[in-house]
Amino acid sequence: MTEDGCLVGEFFFSGNEACTEGAISAGCRFFGGYPITPSTEIAERMSERLPEVGGAFIQMEDEIASMAAILGASWGGVKAMTATSGPGFSLMMENIGLGLMTETPCVVVNMQRAGPSTGLPTLTGQGDMMQARWGSHGCYGIIALSPDSPQELFDLTVKAFNLSETYRLPVLVMSEAAVGHMYEKVVIPPPGEIEVVHRRKPTVPPEKYLPFKPDADLVPPMANAGEGYHFHVTGLTHDERGYPASSVEVQDKLVRRLVDKVYKNADKIIEVEEDRVDDAEVVVCAYGISARVSRIAIEHARDMGIRAGLLRLITVWPFPEARVRDIARQVKAFIVPEINYGQIALEVERCAGGAARTILVPHMGGGVHNPETILDVIRQAVR
Amino acid sequence: MADKFEIRICGFGGQGVILAGFILGQAAAIFKGQDAVFIQDYGPEARGGACRADVVISDQRVLYPYITNPSLLIVMSQVAYDKFSSQSDNDTLLIVDEDLVEVGAARWKRVLSIPATRMAEELGRVAVANIVMLGFVTAVTRVVSVEEMKQSVQASVPKGTEELNMRAFESGYAYGLEKLQFRPEQE
Repeated sequence: MTEDGCLVGEFFFSGNEACTEGAISAGCRFFGGYPITPSTEIAERMSERLPEVGGAFIQMEDEIASMAAILGASWGGVKAMTATSGPGFSLMMENIGLGLMTETPCVVVNMQRAGPSTGLPTLTGQGDMMQARWGSHGCYGIIALSPDSPQELFDLTVKAFNLSETYRLPVLVMSEAAVGHMYEKVVIPPPGEIEVVHRRKPTVPPEKYLPFKPDADLVPPMANAGEGYHFHVTGLTHDERGYPASSVEVQDKLVRRLVDKVYKNADKIIEVEEDRVDDAEVVVCAYGISARVSRIAIEHARDMGIRAGLLRLITVWPFPEARVRDIARQVKAFIVPEINYGQIALEVERCAGGAARTILVPHMGGGVHNPETILDVIRQAVR
Repeated sequence: MADKFEIRICGFGGQGVILAGFILGQAAAIFKGQDAVFIQDYGPEARGGACRADVVISDQRVLYPYITNPSLLIVMSQVAYDKFSSQSDNDTLLIVDEDLVEVGAARWKRVLSIPATRMAEELGRVAVANIVMLGFVTAVTRVVSVEEMKQSVQASVPKGTEELNMRAFESGYAYGLEKLQFRPEQE
């Protein structure tokens, strides 16, 4: 352990433990949450770890308050996070929208379980992927990441904080029970080797500061409450001063920017992993645990002489539209295994635009795909 | 695909089978340096009923972390035996706590047994039955080395109980070596 309480070394961690340590290493010092399976271990470990590093943990009365608490903590200048699962994620939607409207950096972890409603509380699912994109009302851009291992839960939680500070918005870590409850080796590098992004502060004197006047990248620098700068936030449509302004013109300018700051920076935000896509005739497009088990099917397909490849979405939102469009010109089909009845498959199909077929391999939740099932679909696709 | 070694440890809630699975997975992943994934059975039935810990060890990355047919099945209660034994084929090595598990019809080609719970009671604490069992498993399977397993036990048990747990480990290990000597055929 380092002087400031960060762990360094090799650990046999669950995904939930790795996520917690990723947050600590990224500088998270506030957690407001309400425990829910299968994310509970994050709240549990945060309640032990945050006091050790000078942070604060509050168990809130519900998920609505949890989301509100981390927004408030962020305005106060602290990196903040919450963690939940499906039912809690639904409750957080309204205040995630407030975080998007007020451009508040924070991280929301959703350890997905099978829904709808309380569904299968202890068993895995990927049914919240479209909710992550569209679940809060109104138009906005969003960032969501999908890890496939405990190691990546550490890495992507750090990355989620960095993206949230860079683009001033809540960033979603869309993981799942299968990864959160899986134990594996997790390597935590020394603090100097972990990239940590700090909040972009205003460079102008307080009297000239406009809290919602963007830089060239469409993101406004953010002063924290109590630093001498004027500070005002509202969920109402607001001008660059942060004051409500109920006009079509202001709405147009603001909402376009909230969407465009993600879309126009998509190239910098998006991370995908490709395995043997270059010569592929069929590409499996998957994320999280589904991408992990898809590798087995791809390996078997290659052994049979089928040129199969993997496009793994590490960033699910914004969706890697351009890359999917390019690949569509070269392949016969995309195969999309996901633990829902077709969500990301719709995006793949949209971007493929008829140039290649998109074949969904759905799983209703409670378990993961048998690699044989995916292999069968790969074989049918090239027939 | 790479050779995988799948281990299932099962018993009733409170016997420490989950911790045993964690210690075994950690021994392989951290102290031996192989790829290992540990998953615990997680559900309401885990409290008091049959619970299980699954460990998959491989020289390559474990892509599918779930057990289909365990190479090694360690059973510490009758309910767990009744629930999980049917998921194994005849090549599985079955290890049971002999006082707590009645092994049914002689379908098993390879069965080893140890009175792990009784031995733990003789050591003064029934709670270390899981560690007695790990000592035995280390002796009879060599899935990880003695040193690797000991390091993992030391790193995982509550502070102040290290010495007791080491004695538990050693007694299970010695019992295993003894068993091996008297086995008619080696694996």
